[in-house]
Amino acid sequence: MSEQIDHLHDRPDLAPGDEEEVRIGPRLLGYATGLGLSVLLTATSFFIAGTDLVWQPSIPVALVVLAIAQMGVHLVFFLHITTGPDNTNNVMALAFGLLIVFLVVGGSLWIMSHLNHNMMPMDQIMQMER
Amino acid sequence: MTETTFAYAQGDPHRLRGIQQAEVAHEGPAPKRIVTAYGFWIFLLSDIVMFSCFFASYAVLLGQTAGGPSGAQLFDLRSTAAETALLLLSSFACGLASIAADVRSARWFQAAMALTCVLGLGFLILEAREFADLVGRGAGPTRSAFLSAFFTLVGCHGLHVSAGVLWLLTMMAQVYAKGFRADILRRMLCFALFWHALDIIWVAIFSVVYLIGSGA
Repeated sequence: MSEQIDHLHDRPDLAPGDEEEVRIGPRLLGYATGLGLSVLLTATSFFIAGTDLVWQPSIPVALVVLAIAQMGVHLVFFLHITTGPDNTNNVMALAFGLLIVFLVVGGSLWIMSHLNHNMMPMDQIMQMER
Repeated sequence: MTETTFAYAQGDPHRLRGIQQAEVAHEGPAPKRIVTAYGFWIFLLSDIVMFSCFFASYAVLLGQTAGGPSGAQLFDLRSTAAETALLLLSSFACGLASIAADVRSARWFQAAMALTCVLGLGFLILEAREFADLVGRGAGPTRSAFLSAFFTLVGCHGLHVSAGVLWLLTMMAQVYAKGFRADILRRMLCFALFWHALDIIWVAIFSVVYLIGSGA
């Protein structure tokens, strides 16, 4: 019984970047899949940025979505951060990092756009100081 | 109550692997390879948080061109596409080097690392040419807040890639001189993580800085 379990889980956790798969063929296929998906998403991004075929205000949103999708592809196929139980620690650290990134970027944009919106035009401020 | 206490006593409160396997999971401290790579993963996440500050400042300052040129007038998207292709392929080559290191094939390892290095250097050359071109056209980092943010963000990524190339050459030399020792393999794992993370940051840069920036 215990030998069987040892065989299944001879390592309790996976290091970030490590793969469960040790054979060369499937690992090569994993990297090739990641490369193919990345090329596809990158090409779509560059195509959308220059096209007139879609509604123009949707372009930045589409680019952000494609970028996030491609980052996900890189995480899974290149960094091997997956949702398996032996990867929990890595995913938890990533989730915390993403929370901070979201707070920093989203918060900055939100606050600065409000400040821009509420600030008087510069010439009026200068007149008041006179 | 007893169920919960029992689960904690087994050291596996979330029952991820069932009770018997939890015993296996707590036979001692984790192997050094896992601890090292996990620590490096934390560092990479902190690096990404640092980049997110630069991204936030770029996004806030995107319109502050002070009467100078905007992104649409400055960016050459063909050069950006070439840089993206080079960095993506070098990330793939780095993956091949990781596989070669795991199967202890020194020849394939050195070949894949050399390919990674050449592609990374190609990226750096293209970026240096782009920066020199911008400065030559009077659009250096001192021209406007927008360009300051641009040079800080993209230049910081370029510095990371330069450091990565130096690390890569160190790894090639260490594997050549010392072989696939356990400590060398740990460093190689960290290097691969670093190189792939740089590619992730570049994805954000080409999307946000170049593609959205040239539309704005």
